[in-house]
Amino acid sequence: MTTTDAPQAAPPPTGKRRIGDAVFAGLARGSGLLILLILAGVAAFLIIQAWPSLAANTTGFLTTQEWDANVRENPAFGVAALAFGTVLAAAIALLLATPVAVGIALFIVYYAPRRVASVLGYLVDLLAAIPSVVYGLWGIGFLAPQLVPVFRGLTEYLGWIPLFSGPASTSGRTILTASVVLAVMILPIITAMSRDVFKQVPQGHREAALAMGATRWEMIRLAVLPFGRSGVVGGAMLGLGRALGETMAVAMILSPSLAISFDLLQSGNQTIAAHIALQYPEATGYGVSALIAAGLVLFAITLAVNMGARYIVARGSKEA
Amino acid sequence: MAKRIDVSGLHVYYGDFLAVEDVSMTIEPRSVTAFIGSSGCGKSTFLRTLNRMHEVTPGAYARGKVLLDDMDIYGPDVDPVLVRSEVGMVFQKANPFPTMSIYDNVIAGARLNNRRMSRSEADDLVEESLRGANLWEEVKDRLNKPGSGLSGGQQQRLCIARATAVKPSVLLMDEPCSALDPISTLAIEDLIHQLKEDYTIVIVTHNMQQAARVSDRTAFFNLSGPGKPGKLIEMGETNQMFTRPEKKETENYITGRFG
Repeated sequence: MTTTDAPQAAPPPTGKRRIGDAVFAGLARGSGLLILLILAGVAAFLIIQAWPSLAANTTGFLTTQEWDANVRENPAFGVAALAFGTVLAAAIALLLATPVAVGIALFIVYYAPRRVASVLGYLVDLLAAIPSVVYGLWGIGFLAPQLVPVFRGLTEYLGWIPLFSGPASTSGRTILTASVVLAVMILPIITAMSRDVFKQVPQGHREAALAMGATRWEMIRLAVLPFGRSGVVGGAMLGLGRALGETMAVAMILSPSLAISFDLLQSGNQTIAAHIALQYPEATGYGVSALIAAGLVLFAITLAVNMGARYIVARGSKEA
Repeated sequence: MAKRIDVSGLHVYYGDFLAVEDVSMTIEPRSVTAFIGSSGCGKSTFLRTLNRMHEVTPGAYARGKVLLDDMDIYGPDVDPVLVRSEVGMVFQKANPFPTMSIYDNVIAGARLNNRRMSRSEADDLVEESLRGANLWEEVKDRLNKPGSGLSGGQQQRLCIARATAVKPSVLLMDEPCSALDPISTLAIEDLIHQLKEDYTIVIVTHNMQQAARVSDRTAFFNLSGPGKPGKLIEMGETNQMFTRPEKKETENYITGRFG
């Protein structure tokens, strides 16, 4: 991979090998290889540990919704509902967070007075420093009860949209609540990436827009957003990666159950990460192995999302 | 179309720093006026005050009066956005929007003011502007390709087409040829000759032959001393400025005996 290919600098002009150089190159190369080893090791562990349960599974692992794995023989479990819940929660979180993050980033870079901008940027970064268990507490203790009347309103007025058909949960501990919490959690990374790319918009492009009579918003639309699009998408994908893997907050908010449901206002969905965290202490028989198989699926999803993000960011920076 | 610019007693500041001191001049419509002078003497800064682009730089502001025909562009209820659609600008580095096609680049500014432009109106405006910038024949078959795929000189002419598509009355050019090869420079200079039929043109240039070739009147700027603000030293007919300048400073600069 690129990490190992990169250090092909020209040899020193004297042709003499300097010890410091060799040591440093070795250390750098070793660190690069270490990443590959760790990644391969984790993947190997997941596959090896998951294999017994997958081999013994009596139903289709990717298509089954039930989780009947805590038995000594003939386990029947599948990751369909979990994978669905994971992707759904993360996707909603992304939909909620991205516009807000772009708005914050634009405000910081182009609207706020310099002092306000730096304070605001710092505060957003601080959001990333809050432990996820605290987000979970906030979600379950504050946000969920607060959202109950909102959910009731949604079913009442927007109930014709299948997503909001209800009846609304009375506890507020629904996939939508979890998504809102996830949205807050991924806000910092999307904001930070967007802010960085918005700052890099060449002055020439911005002045070109202004010089032909663009207002500030028109300047942003003509020069900033097209230039920053790849950065925003990259940030969103990194945020998506984080939302997919987030465990603690989701595990605390969602009540454990397994179903594929598009109804955002009822408890019913669950995510892979939260399911593993909740089930692991009581797993017996094939249970642990089955949970590791679920982990393998999560690993594959996040890997795919992150590679997608890298690809988009790299392609975008080549264009610009 | 073309309008007269009347500047009186203009000072330009960057925060506390006085960058340009007390400039007064008249820029005639349908003519080319060149600003010459050494780097950092404030001629670009002054140029940018003619369409309030200096305000993009944090802390920059101007004191004094700039009249565009009868409109005081620093008047209390004058919108800088409006000023800039009257006074267009072309920059040193060609800056077409990289993600937009040639067509969209030309139409971008005009779309801001007239959102409901019909397809045929837009097509006509694009063709008219590109023809006006002597670029139509070169790009008419690839209007939907990105503007960043053109050569440097073509990009600069695309930027001129984009600026004229807004139908300004004045065109400011900030060293428009300094990044171009001689052939492309010649193309731009020819274009400037045509454009002055319709526009008031002000051009900043470091190339004195260029100033002599394209301009009707020339203004020479210089610093009043190291760390001191820039000033307008002398302004007059280009012929006279390059043959019989009134001030010794101007003569030194023009003949290369400067600094």
